[in-house]
Amino acid sequence: MYGKGRIIPALLIFLGLMTFPLWYNAGFAHQAPKPEKPAEYKECVRPTQEMRTSHMVMLNQWRDDILREDGARKGVTADGTEYVRSLQNGCMHCHANKKKFCDTCHTYTAVKPYCWDCHLEPKEAM
Amino acid sequence: MKKDRRDFLKVAGLAAIAGIGAPSAFNMLLKGEATASEQSAAAAGQGEAVAAPTGKRWGMVIDVRKFVANPNLPAKCVEACHTIHNVPNFGNPKDEIKWIWPDKFEAVFPDESHYKRHEALHSMPIMTLCNHCDKPPCVRACPTKATYRMKDGVVAMDYHRCIGCRFCMAACPYGARSFNWRDPRGKDENGNPFIKTVNPKFPTRMRGVVEKCNFCVERLALGQIPACVEATGTTGAMVFGDLNDPNSEVSKVLSANFTIQRKPSLGTYPSLFYII
Repeated sequence: MYGKGRIIPALLIFLGLMTFPLWYNAGFAHQAPKPEKPAEYKECVRPTQEMRTSHMVMLNQWRDDILREDGARKGVTADGTEYVRSLQNGCMHCHANKKKFCDTCHTYTAVKPYCWDCHLEPKEAM
Repeated sequence: MKKDRRDFLKVAGLAAIAGIGAPSAFNMLLKGEATASEQSAAAAGQGEAVAAPTGKRWGMVIDVRKFVANPNLPAKCVEACHTIHNVPNFGNPKDEIKWIWPDKFEAVFPDESHYKRHEALHSMPIMTLCNHCDKPPCVRACPTKATYRMKDGVVAMDYHRCIGCRFCMAACPYGARSFNWRDPRGKDENGNPFIKTVNPKFPTRMRGVVEKCNFCVERLALGQIPACVEATGTTGAMVFGDLNDPNSEVSKVLSANFTIQRKPSLGTYPSLFYII
């Protein structure tokens, strides 16, 4: 092969650079985000797995139902706890710390929801 | 039977035209029937008063006499509403956001134009807010359905969907809509926030959306009356209730008084009534 003295080392260097993130992080287990759960409440409005995957869908459903269909402003969990169907007044009532709850996963997955452009996060306990 | 290419193409073409044309012609005929029946129904109702829709319909009577008697009342109403709903004050009439505001008689009732207007009308503070029309032009104008009319008569907004095109502002004959030219969460040059005291129970808006009075839907859902009505206290300057309930306070006030509405000639059927 013509010029193999240069091509093969160059290819090896290229491959090494391309796979840099893989071997650099090998053997180093990444920590999944651990959002801080409220201490005084044990149960969320839906099962944990469902909340994890589709809380945003549920928030949109609440919004459309309440704003447009005059839907109920309150809901009841499986265990009978009443909650407000609202991000600002419902979710954040229990998950009072946005930084330790919402932001942990959103930052990890590089998601930037625009909720907080308008909705107010609860003030830190003062 | 001999068929040449020319005959075959003729038959195929005719069949294609018939196949495509028949369903649309059928639909057109069906639609024509529907519009004919609608037209006859409309013709039957012509010249008569349009029947009010049934079901709950929120409405309000504003007794301007009471506002004249209590000169500090307009400011109190505005304060109550704008504090509860996190309405920013940009300190500049060009950027002003207003859900409820007092205005001059000639501005609120431009139809009442004549030279010999009563002297007392000139200084009258007339509270003005969204009219929550039965036939809201803003809702027709909105291209994203960000604004819509609820079954109970409230013309509401979903700020998530507002793209800030301001068609609704152009469509609203009452000037009841304001546009956020600036970020309501921001601060003025002296470092004072545009929203003086933030109500943590209600969201703010963001830059680039239109906002307006929501008839306090969030309070109505909890069984409370609108904030402005609450601010008037026992003066009876603003009466709120179900217009379709003959026993409600609004209905009683309406039947006992002569009331006027803003720009009735436009056929928007507002939910607001004024006693001058």
